[in-house]
Amino acid sequence: MDFGNFLIMRQEVGLMLIFLIMLVLDIFASEKSCIRKYFQPVACILFLVHTVFGFLFPSEGTAFGGLYVTSSLTTWMKHILDLGVLFMFLQSGSWLHSTDALKRRAGEFYVISLATLLGMYIMVSAGNLMMLYIGIETASLPMAILAAYNKYQHKSAEAGAKYIMLTSFSSGIMLFGISFLYAAAGTLYYGDINLTDGNFFTITGLVFFLSGLGFKISLVPFHLWTADVYEGAPTSITAFLSVASKAAACFALIFALYQAFGSLVTAWKPVLWWLIVITITLGNIFALRQKDIKRFFAFSSISQAGYIMLGVISGTSQGMTAVVYYLLVYLFANMAAFGIISAVENKTGRTDFGVYNGLGKTSPVLAFVMMLAVFSLAGIPPLGGFFSKFFLFAAAAQQGEYLLVFIALLNTVISLYYYLLVVRAMYIRPAEENAEKVNADTYNKISLLVCTVALIAVGIASFIYTNIDALSFGIR
Amino acid sequence: MEYSLAILVLPLCAFLFLGLFSKVLSHKISGIIGTCSLAVVAVLSYVVAFTYFTTCNVDGVWQTVMPINFEWLSFTQNLHIDLGILLDPISVMMLVVISTVSLMVHIYSMGYMKGEKGFQRYYAILSLFTFSMLGLVIATNIFQMYIFWELVGVSSYLLIGFYYTKPSAVAASKKAFIVTRFADLGFLMGILILSYFTGTFDFGVLTENNGFNVISSMQGISFMGISAATWAMTLIFIGGAGKSAMFPLHIWLPDAMEGPTPVSALIHAATMVVAGVYLVARLFPVYCFATPEVLTLIAYVGAFTALFAAVIAITQTDIKRVLAFSTISQIAYMMVALGVSGYNGHDGLGYMSSMFHLFTHAFFKALLFLGAGSVIHAVHSNEMKNMGGLKKYMPITHITFLIACLAIAGIPPFSGFFSKDEILAAAFMHDKIIFVTLWVVAGLTAFYMFRLYYNIFWGEESVHEHVPHESPKIMTYPLLFLALLSIVAGLIPFGELVSADKIPLHTHIEWGVATAGVLVALTGIFVARTFYRKKSEMPARIAISLGRLYRATAKKFYIDEVWYFVTRKIIFRHVSTPIAKFDKKYIDGTMDAIGNTTVKTSEITKNLQSGRVQWYAWVFITGVLIITVVFLLSRG
Repeated sequence: MDFGNFLIMRQEVGLMLIFLIMLVLDIFASEKSCIRKYFQPVACILFLVHTVFGFLFPSEGTAFGGLYVTSSLTTWMKHILDLGVLFMFLQSGSWLHSTDALKRRAGEFYVISLATLLGMYIMVSAGNLMMLYIGIETASLPMAILAAYNKYQHKSAEAGAKYIMLTSFSSGIMLFGISFLYAAAGTLYYGDINLTDGNFFTITGLVFFLSGLGFKISLVPFHLWTADVYEGAPTSITAFLSVASKAAACFALIFALYQAFGSLVTAWKPVLWWLIVITITLGNIFALRQKDIKRFFAFSSISQAGYIMLGVISGTSQGMTAVVYYLLVYLFANMAAFGIISAVENKTGRTDFGVYNGLGKTSPVLAFVMMLAVFSLAGIPPLGGFFSKFFLFAAAAQQGEYLLVFIALLNTVISLYYYLLVVRAMYIRPAEENAEKVNADTYNKISLLVCTVALIAVGIASFIYTNIDALSFGIR
Repeated sequence: MEYSLAILVLPLCAFLFLGLFSKVLSHKISGIIGTCSLAVVAVLSYVVAFTYFTTCNVDGVWQTVMPINFEWLSFTQNLHIDLGILLDPISVMMLVVISTVSLMVHIYSMGYMKGEKGFQRYYAILSLFTFSMLGLVIATNIFQMYIFWELVGVSSYLLIGFYYTKPSAVAASKKAFIVTRFADLGFLMGILILSYFTGTFDFGVLTENNGFNVISSMQGISFMGISAATWAMTLIFIGGAGKSAMFPLHIWLPDAMEGPTPVSALIHAATMVVAGVYLVARLFPVYCFATPEVLTLIAYVGAFTALFAAVIAITQTDIKRVLAFSTISQIAYMMVALGVSGYNGHDGLGYMSSMFHLFTHAFFKALLFLGAGSVIHAVHSNEMKNMGGLKKYMPITHITFLIACLAIAGIPPFSGFFSKDEILAAAFMHDKIIFVTLWVVAGLTAFYMFRLYYNIFWGEESVHEHVPHESPKIMTYPLLFLALLSIVAGLIPFGELVSADKIPLHTHIEWGVATAGVLVALTGIFVARTFYRKKSEMPARIAISLGRLYRATAKKFYIDEVWYFVTRKIIFRHVSTPIAKFDKKYIDGTMDAIGNTTVKTSEITKNLQSGRVQWYAWVFITGVLIITVVFLLSRG
């Protein structure tokens, strides 16, 4: 066995190392041990070191005979996932210390999250459909545990149960699809699958396969779990689900579509076209009437997923760049929003829109960050969200998808309306009686500060886009 | 001279600081912060001017220096917007003028605005204005100038509307903004035409080789029988005419007097209103060589405006309005001078005299406004009838005001004499009709200024609420300083420093023209003295005998009414109202329908989200199967 393979996988190996450290710490630190208090900083610092290390020493190449592929583009993608996890760690502190039962299990939280992330890494780096499947499963199972983390709360338990049932269901169908594809192509390696004719096996296999990833990205009609799970899961987990889980699946989809099924592009493009249209539209229409802010962001994230697919459908390197860039900006905006949601939830224990009334008066800074976040999601200049949407639309328009871009544009108008509902609640509606100032804890403040700066800076700093652009060249 | 950047940065910082911390800072502190930053700016401007005029003359030609210039936005290889600092004789001269007058106004305002509500806001916007105006004059390209041009417009709007609880002030600020903005539209179109053909915004490229780039790139292109170059330069002039209150876009300036008086001194006398003149001067080689016909237009518009405004000034009774019309008239003087100017050597006398008059006028007109402010401060009224006999109560204001009146009337050895003489000489060389017009205007100017002077300080004392008193020292010192400048500014050998072709120009007093000018001014003063020094029936009788003409003049020739007719009766009623109706009924209706449909759809589809896992799985599998079937069928 060639141990050099593990060197190529050093990002995963590093992650496993942290995973083990946290596991060991959790096992051997007694319940009253003072180490338990420092789980959060230790996890954050270790993880930061890992991220920086990965950034400084990127690896390129394939390992294990093409099962595992890494390039500077995958490294970029993994960094985006890293950021999502880092923000989750920063934002989850108050929640993990809110009850004794949670406090006792704080170590588990980090271990399980890291396991999920490992699955996502594998999804991104997979060079083989089976590897991809393993990655998806590795990511999904711990995710269900995370969703049910507040197990004594009815809603959280329900979220976990729903997630595990539906994710098994979709995995089953996906696996079924993969077996069809194997039957048609005779191989599972991306590079070797060279399907040209759309016979029954291929088409059915492809659709089944896509439905599995579509479930993760929450494309309509595979999206129904999203709202219930987002609402029930602990807020930090929801943030993680809405950002990292979605991003990983998007990246995996890009690679699979263009590397494995690039030859079938004319076949899957119309499917994706329709999926995009109904996803954006339905996501928006549902978001209009939500009373709970977590449900609201669930539907907003569904329509955002539709926008992301716009870059995928364009199929050019410009489109890929736009997707990666979009996800980066989306991560900052969503993480900022969820950071505030969890701060508010920790203070009031509520997630309905009512608590956001008059937030602009009671906690002006948080309200301002929230406003920036939703403005970025809605795509208002000069925030990052404007540029990322612009690049996506430009990429799709360049491929002649004018109708699609037009539909997407119409939808941004609708989305602007409901995003402004949040701003209206915060700035125009009077505060509820005895509403108090909401304070984020220190770690959360750091995450919010980073997100805010990033939202403004990413739009202005064009080098980020250029940098990703240089990498995604030659994805096909 | 990279430190010249500080001239821009300081007022901006002062604006941000005062604006952000206005609630925390006391009146006094914010006044001091604003004034101190301006004092530093003024000193820096003097240093820049001194350095420039001592070092930047190479082989007898004034050089154009760009200490800073970087590319800000690039559209194409050639077409890009830069930001930078351009120093040449006129921009350096403007730096000195703006920072000096602004400093005086800052100091003076600490007394004049004492105790006003929104004092911090006042100083913040004053700093913003100074920043924008300085940015405008040092712009390296026409687009940068346009950016600051609009910023100047905004800060002027904010300052005119400073007393925002007063409906008249709000109306005036809106009027000023809309009229100038309307003109700016012309400016922008001009910029776009110019840059479209020449592929550059840069002043240096536009004006090099006597505007060769403009001439060659636009050759043979015409629209509606008028060449593209003429269109572009006329449109740009319209922008300048808006800011510089040329007829018929002058209507905003008299109303702008609703702002605090020091603001009028700064913006509506010395700095912003000369921006149009400065713009024409900046592009002078293009005007002179590429589009001489536009230059002729400028000369005639200027001459007409000068006469027109001077006539109206005679009949006004609000002292600030008299000064406003006098400003219009004097700026028109500068425009005329540019209009009659040539380029090389002594032909460029008009250009030089225009800038010279801009320079001297800034000081004595600021002085007049600040003096008027001092008077208003004492009697709490703008109307002449509430004044009279103030000279024994307000000796310093009286003396300084007199000096300013003599300067503007063009009596030697005060500064106005020198600059006005050069303008008259330039006009005499170029066009006799214009010369005669200007000559008459010189007489009228002397007359209405001394009518103002005698009505305020001499004549019968009116009844006051309390005994008028001299203004505090913080207000009189700036008056004295400006009075000093009004006396000596004319002695500067201006032609050596500023000239059209940047080669020092040796000027001398044209005694023939000067004598004619001084004589007509003295006549004006003499008539004013006989009419107004003591109470006299003469003015009233003349007014009655002139009848309708007098009334028309007092009503400013009904130009405002003409504009109202055009805007309200024609545009609002016959164009805007139908459009608004259409908008409300059809556009809004469609939008409402879309909105309602969306909400209804959302209501209907809500049931999809039932919360039951079985249902979710069912939808999932149905979705997959439907897609597969559709897909298979569509593949045939």
